[in-house]
Amino acid sequence: MPTITMNVNGASKTIDAWDPDMPLLYALRNDLGLHALKFGCGLAQCGACTVLLDDMPVRSCSIRIADAAGRRVVTAEGLGSPEKPHAVQAAFIAEQAAQCGYCTNGMVMTAIALLRAVPRPTREQAQQALAGNLCRCGSHDRVLRAVQRAADGGRA
Amino acid sequence: MDAPLLTRRALLEAGAVVVGFSLLPAHGQQAQAAAGVQRSLALGEVDSFLALRADGTVVVYSGKVDLGTGHRIAMRQMVGEELGVGVERIELIEGDTALTPNQGPTAGSTGVMRGGVELRQAAATAREALIAAAAQQLQMAPEQLTLADGAVRASDGRSVGFTALVGGRGFELKMNPKAPLKRPAQYVLVGRSLPRPDVPAKVCGRHVYVHDHVVPGMLHGRVVRPPAVGAKLLSLDEASVARLPGVRVVRIADFVGVVSPDEWAAVRAARELVMRWSDSAPLIGHAALVDWARSGPFVAEEVITAKGDAQRVAGLRDAPGALRASYAWPMQSHGSIGPSCAVADVRPDGGTVWTASQASHRFLNVFAALVELPRDKLRVVYLDGAGCYGMNGHDDAAADAVLLSKAVGKPVRVQWSREDELGWDPKGPPQLLDMQATQMPDGRIDAWETDMWVPRATANLEWIPLLSPLAAGLRQPVGQATGLVSQNGDPPYGANAVKVTAHWLGPAPLRPSNIRAPGKVANCFAVESFVDELAAKARLDPLAFRLRDVANPRGAEVIRRVGQMIGWQARPSPSAGAAGRAKAAGRGMAYIHYKNNETYVAIAMEVEVDRASGEIAVRRVCCAHDCGLMINPDAVRAQVEGNILQTLSRTLHEETTFDRSRVTSVDWASYPLLNFTEVPRLEIALVDRRDDPPLGAGEAAASPVPAALANAVFDATGVRLRSVPFTSAKLKALLA
Repeated sequence: MPTITMNVNGASKTIDAWDPDMPLLYALRNDLGLHALKFGCGLAQCGACTVLLDDMPVRSCSIRIADAAGRRVVTAEGLGSPEKPHAVQAAFIAEQAAQCGYCTNGMVMTAIALLRAVPRPTREQAQQALAGNLCRCGSHDRVLRAVQRAADGGRA
Repeated sequence: MDAPLLTRRALLEAGAVVVGFSLLPAHGQQAQAAAGVQRSLALGEVDSFLALRADGTVVVYSGKVDLGTGHRIAMRQMVGEELGVGVERIELIEGDTALTPNQGPTAGSTGVMRGGVELRQAAATAREALIAAAAQQLQMAPEQLTLADGAVRASDGRSVGFTALVGGRGFELKMNPKAPLKRPAQYVLVGRSLPRPDVPAKVCGRHVYVHDHVVPGMLHGRVVRPPAVGAKLLSLDEASVARLPGVRVVRIADFVGVVSPDEWAAVRAARELVMRWSDSAPLIGHAALVDWARSGPFVAEEVITAKGDAQRVAGLRDAPGALRASYAWPMQSHGSIGPSCAVADVRPDGGTVWTASQASHRFLNVFAALVELPRDKLRVVYLDGAGCYGMNGHDDAAADAVLLSKAVGKPVRVQWSREDELGWDPKGPPQLLDMQATQMPDGRIDAWETDMWVPRATANLEWIPLLSPLAAGLRQPVGQATGLVSQNGDPPYGANAVKVTAHWLGPAPLRPSNIRAPGKVANCFAVESFVDELAAKARLDPLAFRLRDVANPRGAEVIRRVGQMIGWQARPSPSAGAAGRAKAAGRGMAYIHYKNNETYVAIAMEVEVDRASGEIAVRRVCCAHDCGLMINPDAVRAQVEGNILQTLSRTLHEETTFDRSRVTSVDWASYPLLNFTEVPRLEIALVDRRDDPPLGAGEAAASPVPAALANAVFDATGVRLRSVPFTSAKLKALLA
């Protein structure tokens, strides 16, 4: 069976790839047990499956595993933990910026990418950056507050 | 809260251990360690709700579950308050038919109001008993004893730990509905915005959703839905997916599923399986819903409210000065961000179903019947799903997993596709309301009549069939009952005569179900829009009109407060500058006394309408909210925010579209949700009423949103939106 190698959360991982067209999402969730990213639509419309690919936020449901070969993937597990959260995760926790939390992975990943590009975003800039991330519970305002809080913390 | 509460996985394991103990000799060492040795599930027993562990921790068994709503902290606060135990010393087990009492489904905004109050009473009963036992041991009067930090403490400084009083046994107490509650003035936990214990793990991607639950040997399953509602399977070519690794096809009549150890193989098999289905066109198309609602067939007519002089209502039909208007609400999807998912492990001698159901106990009966197992051989365990605001597809997914697991003899995880979720989840019902009213010379309501047309299946009278058993031709017992959709059809303002009639429709398209504030969202949209129309007709300020005639002082309080928050300028609508400008600004408000006996909410908002495009921008939303005692104000606030934003989404954008055969709004492009760029400024005032009973916060604030928005658009433009969604195309046409 052909294999594909990529760097995931800092470690080299080799995955059996019987179908090179398999979305990256299934490799991360099932082969590597990384469950932070969620299947939401499979259509790159909601953002729940967002991971960082070579530092860029991408929809893992719509990236072929073959196209991730040799690249760097970071999932939420690679950023922090409840005991030692990343600064952006800490801001989300401080704002209690999740209800069901199913979309939260995508919010956090997108916020991290935004803050790397724009360290002090306005509310409008944050709204634009998150426009492709859907939330059904209505946590939007808290997510925006969390982005602001993370920016005010100076580090993201 | 420094010490993290146990993770969900640890709780599950802990729960499993407790069950295991009941099989061990009572004198076993482990049995000593577990206080809840004999798990009683009876509602009348304290031990059904509470157990003390030897290490002094308390286990709370809650039949109600946390749907992202904050119950996990609220329940701990309510119990901890009565027992004098910190929330970090309390474990919570939710929605597990083997461990938790059946407190009814987590629905109708009753989690704290009913479920939490029941847990609190169990804790108060336990407290009374602990004090009595300690009083005897310490030879002191009960009045000199208090509970704090896991011990009964005497005024002279002595104390007895709970475990010394209860030992390894349970409380062995009947629930005492009269056991005195702690006085609100003494609260140390209740009323505080303690952080929700599940948030850190959710934010860091460690929280275990049902979607993430892995059982050894588990297969991934997908169910293939027919291309048309009601289509029959004519043929199926298993060879068409034979090349995919590990795929097995399961067919039971018109039920078709595939399983594989490899999830992607199952996804592809479901897409690539070659099948022939019969033509089927049983639907009417979404555009025909209003006509259908008026024409029936009807199964019943019910007078919901009849107050005052019936002659006045009868005279409405021919009254020359009467105002009449009709309001329509479309079918809508729950729009859960995660498609429904479940895991089932059904063996010949028993099984377990992991589900995000609101109603694990109810569906235990359904699933046990499906697989012909006795109820005590099957266990249904709640795990978080993606937000669910009523019966979405989770229970269907669980039935899918149950049928597939039984067929292949292995644990099976089923997750739906996006298309399945938006296409096949039980839908919010279509609602149509006709209103007519006459006014007194000063504008007050004289006679008022509401006629509502709504599917009976949504009125607690029938049930929602699950898709897979239906396709498989299997008998299924009564399923989820739905919400009380006929409430709040009457005006909450003084009137000389009021009549509300429900015209119950028979078979309805697309399994109408309940979505957040079921029925009340549409009813309040109609009632509060129509009240605004009456105020406009009388040339009265709409806020002053409501404040003058609102029957209830707590209602008046939230109306007054929301007016202050938004800086309400008293004047009739529409605004004088409504005509002419390219961008028209306006403000509107609406109010509800939820279910006529629960939470009070007033919402006011500011909008800007682009006349050329018909686009509505909501700039600012203010909400005054009174749900009595708040267990955790920040969790209440989160619910109110969610109610507002979710209902703005439903009102501005959402309509399930369908043709004669199938739903056609099956992705986020054809069924759009509110996005971040549309999020307004939110200002929320929570009225603090410590001495009143807690009411619900999960639904009420959704209800006034559509009318407040319609009223603001009317104020801005003079145009009245009477059907949801308020799309730019619809408003543009009305403005032309």
